[in-house]
Amino acid sequence: MKRSNIIMLIAALLPLGLFLFPLWRITLEAPQYPIPLAMNIHINDFSDVHPHDIKNINLMNHYVGMKYIPDAIPEFKIFPVGIIITTIIGLIIAFKGSYKWFLYWFILMIILSSAGLYDFYIWEHDYGHDLDPKAIMKFTNPDGTVMGFQPPLFGSKDILNFTAHSYPRLGAFFLALGIGGSLLAYFAGNKIHKKTLSM
Amino acid sequence: MKITMKNLLKLIIATLVVLVAFTSCNNSNSSTSGALSSNVAERVYVPPGQHDSHYAFISGGYSGNVTVYGLPSGRMFKEIPVFSQFPTSGYGYSEETKPLLNTSYGFIPWDDAHHPDISQTNGEIDGRYIFVNGNNTPRIAKIDLLTFETTEIIEIPNSAGNHSSSYVTDNTEYVVAGTRFAVPVPQKDMAIKDYKGNFKGTLSFIKVDSEDGGMEIKFQILMPGFDYDKAHPGRGKSHGWFFFTTYNTEEASTLLEVNASQNDKDFVAAVNWKMIEEYVNNGGGKMMPTNYAHNVYDESTHTATSTMKKEVRVIDPSEVPGALYFLPMPKSPHGCDVDPTGEYIVGSGKLSANVTVHSFTKMLDAIKNEKFSGDAYGIPILNFEDVLAGAVEQPGLGPLHTEFDDRGNAYTTFFISSEVVKWKLGTWEVLDRQPTFYSVGHLTIAGGNSRKPDGKYMFAMNKITKDRYLPTGPELEHSAQLYDISGDKMELLLDFPTHGEPHYAAAMRADIIKERSKKIYKLEENNHAYVAKTDDDVKVVRNGNEVHISMTTIRSHFSPDNIEGIRVGDKVYFHVTNLEQDFDVPHGFAIIGQNTSELLIMPGQTKTSVWEPKQVGVWPFYCTDFCSALHQEMQGYVRVSAANANTPLKWSLGEDIE
Repeated sequence: MKRSNIIMLIAALLPLGLFLFPLWRITLEAPQYPIPLAMNIHINDFSDVHPHDIKNINLMNHYVGMKYIPDAIPEFKIFPVGIIITTIIGLIIAFKGSYKWFLYWFILMIILSSAGLYDFYIWEHDYGHDLDPKAIMKFTNPDGTVMGFQPPLFGSKDILNFTAHSYPRLGAFFLALGIGGSLLAYFAGNKIHKKTLSM
Repeated sequence: MKITMKNLLKLIIATLVVLVAFTSCNNSNSSTSGALSSNVAERVYVPPGQHDSHYAFISGGYSGNVTVYGLPSGRMFKEIPVFSQFPTSGYGYSEETKPLLNTSYGFIPWDDAHHPDISQTNGEIDGRYIFVNGNNTPRIAKIDLLTFETTEIIEIPNSAGNHSSSYVTDNTEYVVAGTRFAVPVPQKDMAIKDYKGNFKGTLSFIKVDSEDGGMEIKFQILMPGFDYDKAHPGRGKSHGWFFFTTYNTEEASTLLEVNASQNDKDFVAAVNWKMIEEYVNNGGGKMMPTNYAHNVYDESTHTATSTMKKEVRVIDPSEVPGALYFLPMPKSPHGCDVDPTGEYIVGSGKLSANVTVHSFTKMLDAIKNEKFSGDAYGIPILNFEDVLAGAVEQPGLGPLHTEFDDRGNAYTTFFISSEVVKWKLGTWEVLDRQPTFYSVGHLTIAGGNSRKPDGKYMFAMNKITKDRYLPTGPELEHSAQLYDISGDKMELLLDFPTHGEPHYAAAMRADIIKERSKKIYKLEENNHAYVAKTDDDVKVVRNGNEVHISMTTIRSHFSPDNIEGIRVGDKVYFHVTNLEQDFDVPHGFAIIGQNTSELLIMPGQTKTSVWEPKQVGVWPFYCTDFCSALHQEMQGYVRVSAANANTPLKWSLGEDIE
């Protein structure tokens, strides 16, 4: 097996790490939470970082009319299937495909990941803005519009008494490594191809 | 040298500097040395948000409870209700905790809490439990240090004045409870003047289950009718023995201050409990009919139960020859303390000029060679000189209690001369003395009664406060002083008030337990008979004139918060479950006209309050703990109709009752 194909093989397998490790984490810090509230986002689940964190996030958020974090969302069904399918495709092309396919897989993964991130953003936006009209506390922005409580997609942001942090976790690194690996496999394949041509 | 004016001036200044230095040096040894003259303030200063290095568990005496302090700051963190009703949390008022205060005399809302002692493993503090004795109606309580709550209380039958208690053996095999006021055993109607020879003092050995900490009276030794004042288990080499000081060996029943102070020497009773345990394990002793309460709190049901026990195993010393001896000890000894090696038994004759120390090795030798000077009620008395290790000569007035550090030193309190004296084990020389303010009783060093003392801090608990703090009328809290004992000399660091009347205290390094301290009760593990774990479990059930309301609380409402169909004459049980699963979010419950205390319910816990409405009307209830921003909105109503009304039983949350 060519070196490039071995790299592609590993690259195709790496996203499976998403089944083992969380993709993302949202952390909420406030003075009265010396241990911050935090939620891990897996490709098929939301989970507490410390026991009962999601319950306590819901309790906090209901004051401003935010919905409860659902037990399940449709993405939890779609994402795992997507990862499995793309891994299978990756494996097939690692064994059978030409190095050019490595690039196509890379592009496919970039598109799908961006779509995933966009979906995440939409969910976050809805979570932060679709507020109960009977909310206990209503806040407005300086311009008079209703204040939203959307956590950042990436990075840190102050929301009322909380500082929210949103950062990728180990699962995301596996995915990124897999995607990067496929590009590396493409270049490696390209190099071998050129060598073969020049010979 | 030519003495010029200039030189003379220099000389005078130099002399003055030396004098000033000398004087201030003297000052720093005296009580007037302020925090400003050294870095004392820094050494007791725990910056905001930081933790103390040690816990101190201080008995409240007549408060009936135990308070938790931090050292070196002297800050109080909690009062743990033990023997006294505590309206702050509903302890002893809630239906779940009332059984803890049940006794053979019925419900008792109070006791006199004396000597807390922390459980040990291999003679070292392990921080699982604290045991503490109720002196008045003899009981031993156990506090669980995961929750800092009282979880078990066992009554001691055939005892009165449960004072030489509640000390634990090296591996917490036993917690021991001795009798201070001898009584007829079993109790009977007889003339008080016939005390002598007829009254008994029992020494009770309570087995502690090594797994769940459950207590059970394994046996009681029926001793002569002396006053068994203080006790200490053997440590290390003397593990397997227990020592009790006695007074009133005169067996006087009136004007004891004179009549019990006649004998030149009283005794230390040495009990070979391992030998008696073996005797009992082989079926020894007699089961005596009696009646005592054993109360256990179950953390799973959040409910205590009280069981009346009907018999107890008693041992007559004559049945187990070789298990009991008396060691003469001068003049009504009070404190009875064994050093960390287990070799020295320190007895403090209250009325003696010296602190007398006996040797365990010499005691064994005297027993082996049967060097007895006589017997008391069949119990052999050893010769004073044969067991004597030494004496601290004239260290102060009114010696009471001794604790030890990890460097071979002992620290004894002197009630009359108001001081703590540090002396050397083995040489018996006095090394240092520091005044206390005023009239010190007990003192505590972390692990100071164990095999592994932590010789950093010592604190003295005083009986008299007088002018130490801002005056608060005739009644004052007691004062305590904290000393740094890590150097050659004791150094007074801090003066802090304590709650009730502290007798003894137990202290330990905070890191032993602080990480495992429980934050919440898990809701899914709540097996209370009337728990409501979700709003779907909420219900109101009538059973004759009893109404049981399974109610939930979560920020920031009760469910239900509207209840109708209650009638005058009903007995309404509010079973309130706190659905929170976040650290430090209790909810409270109180309803107008409640003839009992509020409830303070921890996350995941269920507590019950009984309310007997006496008038028709609509009566509010509310949350007493400022739980959240919407705390003030956390309220509800109960509609009470006439006794013969037909208002249907209904309840709701968030919508009107139709």
